Amino acid sequence: MFMYRLLELLNENADFTTAQLAAMLGESEQTVKEQIEEYKNKGIIKGTKTLIDWEKLPDSGVRAIIELKVTPKAETGFDDIAKIVMSYENVENVYLAASSRYDLIAMVRGSTIQEIAEFVSKRLSTLDAVIGTATNFVLNTYKQGGVIFHDESEDEEQRSMIV
Amino acid sequence: MDYTTLLNKKIQELKPSGIRRFFDIANEMDHVISLSIGEPDFTTPWHVRQEGIESLRRGRTWYSPNRGFAELREQISKYFSRRFGVEYDTGEEILVTVGGSEAIDLCIRSVVDNGDEVLIPQPSFVCYEPMTIMAGGVPVVIKTRSENEFRLTAQELEDAITPKTKLLILPFPNNPTGAVMRKKHLEEIAKVIEKHNILVLSDEIYGELTYGGERHVSFSSIKGMRERTVVVNGFSKSYAMTGWRLGYALGPEPIISQMTKLHQYAIMSAPTTAQYAAIEALKHGDSDIEHMREEYDIRRRFIVDGFCKMGLKCFEPEGAFYVFPSIKISGLTSEHFCEDLIRSRHVAIVPGTAFGECGEGFARVSYSYSLNHIKEALERIERFLYSLNGSDITV
Repeated sequence: MFMYRLLELLNENADFTTAQLAAMLGESEQTVKEQIEEYKNKGIIKGTKTLIDWEKLPDSGVRAIIELKVTPKAETGFDDIAKIVMSYENVENVYLAASSRYDLIAMVRGSTIQEIAEFVSKRLSTLDAVIGTATNFVLNTYKQGGVIFHDESEDEEQRSMIV
Repeated sequence: MDYTTLLNKKIQELKPSGIRRFFDIANEMDHVISLSIGEPDFTTPWHVRQEGIESLRRGRTWYSPNRGFAELREQISKYFSRRFGVEYDTGEEILVTVGGSEAIDLCIRSVVDNGDEVLIPQPSFVCYEPMTIMAGGVPVVIKTRSENEFRLTAQELEDAITPKTKLLILPFPNNPTGAVMRKKHLEEIAKVIEKHNILVLSDEIYGELTYGGERHVSFSSIKGMRERTVVVNGFSKSYAMTGWRLGYALGPEPIISQMTKLHQYAIMSAPTTAQYAAIEALKHGDSDIEHMREEYDIRRRFIVDGFCKMGLKCFEPEGAFYVFPSIKISGLTSEHFCEDLIRSRHVAIVPGTAFGECGEGFARVSYSYSLNHIKEALERIERFLYSLNGSDITV
C-alpha cells in the first residue's frame, strides 16, 4: 500500500520533497529516499519531466496521432517495427494497440502539418511492414498526464464559501 | 418604511455570521487560493448519483413520508448498528431531515423552554448559538482549550452546569478544530451527565472522518447515554453529498416524535431524490467512505507537517478535514492575520474567532482540497510569515 501511494503522489506532483512525502505517508524520510532510489534502479521511475501546454505558445507546432497497420514478423512480432518508429526524435509516444483497425499508435510532433504529412509518407508508410497509416491531427489538448489543460470552467471554484 | 418594529426582536439582535465580511473580501479578489471551504472536494460517488437520476427518470418526484422513506430509515438503522454498534428502531427513533442542520434546529426547539440553558463547547460550528437564542434558550459557552487538544473535559462540563441547564451540545469530531473525543473522554463526560438530568445533542456529522487507529465512537454507545442523547448525522461529509441536503436524527421516541411534529409542519419531508440516492450510499458506499478518508488523511499529514515546519504550532487534528493552527506567533489577531494574508498573498483561511471568541489566536484551515492546491497555499503562507518576520511586527 505504502509503495503504491508513493508512486501515486510522485505522479501527482514530482516537486514534493522527500520530507513532505514522508510526512504524508507517515514514514521516515530515509525510507522514502530508499524506496525512490529502488524504483529508479528497477526502472519503474523513468525520470521526471515538466507538463507543458504547448498550445498556449505561439508557433508551437502541431501534433498528430498516427495509426499504423502493420504486418508482424514471425519471430519478433511488433517489436522490431515499433523500435524503428520510436527511434525517430519527433515521435513522442508509441503504443501497441488491441484494435481491428490498426496495431501501433505513434504520437508525433512537427512544426507544420506538411512536415508531419511528409514524415508519415516518407518515413513511416515506406517501411516494409507497414500496410497502411491514418493521420489524426490534434486540434486541442483537454487533458494530458492526468492534468486538465483546457476547460472553460477550470478556474471557477464551484463550491460556495459556507461555514 | 420602518421594519424594525415589525420584525422579530430576537432575529434582529442575532449577529450575522462573523465571517461574511471576510468572504466578501475574498469574493472581490482575483486568483484567490482558498483553504476556507467546509465541504468535501470530492463529488458524490457516481453510483449514488445514478440512483438519484434513476429515481427522477422513473418519475419519483412526490413527497416522501414525513419521517423519510421507510427503506432509507431501515438502511440508516443498519448502518448505525454496523458502524457504531447502537440499535435504533426504524419506525419511531429515526427522522430524516434537510441536512444535519435541520436536525440540530429541531432538537433544540423540541427540548428548550424559555430561559433554559444550553451548553455549547466552542470553538464550534456557528449554528448552535443562534438556534438556541431563537428557541428562547440561553447559550452558555464552554471554552475548550488547545492544551486539551480542544476536547471538552468533565471538569469544564461540571463547572458549567446549573439547575437551568437542559441540553449539552457535543460537537465532535469538531469543526473547526479537528478535535475528537475518544471513548475514554466520552465516558468521563457521561459520568457527569448521569449525575444531572440533562439531554445531549451529539453532532456526529464528521463521524466517518477520524484518523489514526481508533474509529469514531458515538456518544449514544456509551453506557446509559442512549436514552438521553439525540445523535445528528447525515450524508454531506461522509458521502460528499452536501448539495443533496440530507441528514437525520436518531434518538429516543419521545424526543424524535416531538421533532417530527415540527419537521412535518415546517418542512413536510426531506428531498425525495436525495433519499433515493442516500439508500444507495448506505447500501454500497462503505468503500467510498474509506477511499475519501484515506485521501483526507494524506492531506492532513501533509498540511500539519507544513504548518509545523513554518513555525505555526498546530496540534494534530484527528477528525473532520480541518487544521486549527495557532497564529499567535505573528502577534496579530486572528482576523487581522487572515485579512493580511488574503490581501497580500491571496490565500483565504478563516479566522478562529468565527467559531467563538475563544478561537482568538487560531485560524481554521480546510484540507478539503487537492495536494497540489494545498502545496501552493502552504508556500504562499510561508512567504507571508517570512514577510511579517522581515517587517517590524514581532515574531
